[in-house]
Amino acid sequence: MPADRMPLLDVRDLCVSVPGNGGMIPLVENVSFCVNEAEIVGLVGESGSGKSVTAMALMGLIDSPGVQVRGSARFRGQELVGMPAKALRTLRGRDIAMIFQDPMTAFTPVYTIGWQIDEQIRAHERLTRRAARARTVQLLAEMGVPDPARTAQRYPHQLSGGLRQRAMIAMALSCRPTLLIADEPTTALDVTVQAQILDLLRGLRHSHGSSVLLITHDMGVVAQTCSRTLVLYSGRMAESGPTTTLFARPAHPYTAALLDSIPPLYGSRPHRLPAIAGVPPTPRERPAGCAFGPRCAYVHATCLPAPPALAPIGAGQLAACVLPAEGTPLPPRTIAQGMQP
Amino acid sequence: MNEPTPVLELRDVRKTYRLPHGQRLRAVDGISLRVMPGEMLGLVGESGCGKSTLGRCMLRLDDVSSGQVLFEGRDITTLSERRLRPLRTGMQMVFQNSTAALNPRRSIGDLLAEPLRVHPAADGRRRSAAAIAARLHELMALVGLPASALARYPHAFSGGQRQRINIARALALSPRLVVADEPVSALDVSVQAQIVNLFADLREQLGLTYVFVAHDLAVVRQISTRVAVMYLGAIVECGETDTVLHTPAHPYTAALTAAVPRPVVGAPPAMLLRGDVPSPVNRPAGCRFHTRCPQAQARCSAEEPALRALRPGHEVACHYPLPPA
Ligand SMILES: Nc1ncnc2c1ncn2[C@@H]1O[C@H](COP(=O)(O)OP(=O)(O)OP(=O)(O)O)[C@@H](O)[C@H]1O
Ligand SMILES: Nc1ncnc2c1ncn2[C@@H]1O[C@H](COP(=O)(O)OP(=O)(O)O)[C@@H](O)[C@H]1O
Ligand code: SF4
Ligand code: SF4
Ligand SMILES: [Mg+2]
Ligand SMILES: [Mg+2]
Repeated sequence: MPADRMPLLDVRDLCVSVPGNGGMIPLVENVSFCVNEAEIVGLVGESGSGKSVTAMALMGLIDSPGVQVRGSARFRGQELVGMPAKALRTLRGRDIAMIFQDPMTAFTPVYTIGWQIDEQIRAHERLTRRAARARTVQLLAEMGVPDPARTAQRYPHQLSGGLRQRAMIAMALSCRPTLLIADEPTTALDVTVQAQILDLLRGLRHSHGSSVLLITHDMGVVAQTCSRTLVLYSGRMAESGPTTTLFARPAHPYTAALLDSIPPLYGSRPHRLPAIAGVPPTPRERPAGCAFGPRCAYVHATCLPAPPALAPIGAGQLAACVLPAEGTPLPPRTIAQGMQP
Repeated sequence: MNEPTPVLELRDVRKTYRLPHGQRLRAVDGISLRVMPGEMLGLVGESGCGKSTLGRCMLRLDDVSSGQVLFEGRDITTLSERRLRPLRTGMQMVFQNSTAALNPRRSIGDLLAEPLRVHPAADGRRRSAAAIAARLHELMALVGLPASALARYPHAFSGGQRQRINIARALALSPRLVVADEPVSALDVSVQAQIVNLFADLREQLGLTYVFVAHDLAVVRQISTRVAVMYLGAIVECGETDTVLHTPAHPYTAALTAAVPRPVVGAPPAMLLRGDVPSPVNRPAGCRFHTRCPQAQARCSAEEPALRALRPGHEVACHYPLPPA
């Protein structure tokens, strides 16, 4: 593959497991995906599906005792899995940055946010304190923080959730990373502020040339932000593909059910919402065979012996379900009229 | 024609918290509304706008600072706790944080039996152990949990199941009014749909009246017959669900609905509202929304718009309401 076509991030068969039950419990199994230059890729799944574990493993940030990370994750061709801690730390912050659901985890309460962003810049570049502050103020302004010079002098707890989230994104971008991993960056925010932050993330591709791996549980966020999407269920990939395809022709019953269970804001109101019965299994009690089996409306004998392998469906779409290969694929979704004004 | 008595009526209710340094936080700032029998009123608005505070005031779980609260026509604003107690069976709350609402050291059966032991039955007599046990089984069936759940402890349940338990507890005394504070916000979508359906089923089976607090507009639409939109402690728009959500008259409602990320690829990027909600300690003079309103004009920062009926059943507090689409 020519170098300019090489994905920025290429993850193959990433597995993360922790000791337990007298053996190893897989938290994340065989997750594969790539993120190209200036692309936003969505990682969706319900809570506990392994989104954060995947992200933390990529960043070398899982420090749970006895944890095992296998598989491969190449960033610009450089292998991240097994990379020495020091080299990873250099990469982190300079080339890859991460933002979290709770901005308080990124900031320490005892310093002003400006001071913390200055330090982050100075850790990676030789700059005077003054030059660093100038950059900090400019970054905050770019993130839409009003009165950035004064806001920089405030402490994290003195800012609203939306402003803190913006400050955290400013800090993450302070060293111009090429890849931003955003773990539920808007989950704790009001929709009005979420819309502003998503707009900001979409703009980063052009303003900073950055790619984003966007972790969320909200299919609406994915639809509006990500060109390609990966659906996780119980630590495994259920489906991946171009977002348009996934929404129009989901090949995995979980993707389809997830989309159907969202109440429509427009159109006729269903008498009952098509809910998915039961709850996702925890890693300890994952059933044999397809992990979605116990909740799947299409479950049958061939689903049960082993987890179905991820198989290509069509242009760029992959699904871990036996239905397509058995010649009984899901019907296309009647495009949600109910979702549009 | 005689209008039926509202199950709940608020008349200019205010709730002010006193903060250190003599500051006052007006969490609920002059709210009047009526909830009619069988109605499901959705209460929406951004974090901190006063939804939970209003919910607690409705049920007299918090004392109001001024104004009146009427339950089934009876003024309960200043009733003593003793005189309120018999009325409490008729009105119940499902709390925002389902985990914190359940004592981890008590079994589900024990938790649910408590209100049944404390409050006498309809005939004024104490309930027998057998009657309580029968009611517990009924409640489990009602919320879709196995009877075996009664012997277990809260930690053994998932978020969705814990919310079912909370609902069962609220229903134990057969209330007529249920105020549910963000009962599905912490749940995953697949489970959220189950609980939304449960609320709809319970309304049909038991003829309940709900006030349903949520920040997810699509969830509110699925559940409510009427919607009230709150901003900084006040209702800025109120009316029939689809009228308010689809042809909003208040610029804030319009911004709120536009900001919902719709699960449709290529949906137009949401309209952006500038800035954050101002602090309720220093709420803007004039229209409380004018600092963020794209339609604001000179009059808006000087004069506060009153909540008035645009047409029957559709109220808005704005000097320049949006035209119907
Ligand atoms: N006991 C209290 N003392 C002081 N201020 C309070 C108290 N309870 C609530 N407030 C304040 O009152 C305002 C309204 O709070 P409330 O919890 O009712 O908001 P909410 O709309 O339910 O928000 P959320 O969507 O975050 O649950 C907020 O500014 C809050 O900080
Ligand atoms: N260090 C750990 N040790 C054991 N289990 C863990 C650890 N970290 C996460 N898990 C479990 O792995 C699963 C996936 O977690 P996570 O990636 O945080 O989910 P989410 O998709 O909500 O981000 C969950 O069941 C969680 O409880
Ligand atoms: S493999 Fe079987 S159980 Fe799993 S999603 Fe497909 S049809 Fe359902
Ligand atoms: S009164 Fe003025 S500022 Fe307030 S919502 Fe209406 S137009 Fe906007
Ligand atoms: Mg997570
Ligand atoms: Mg609340």
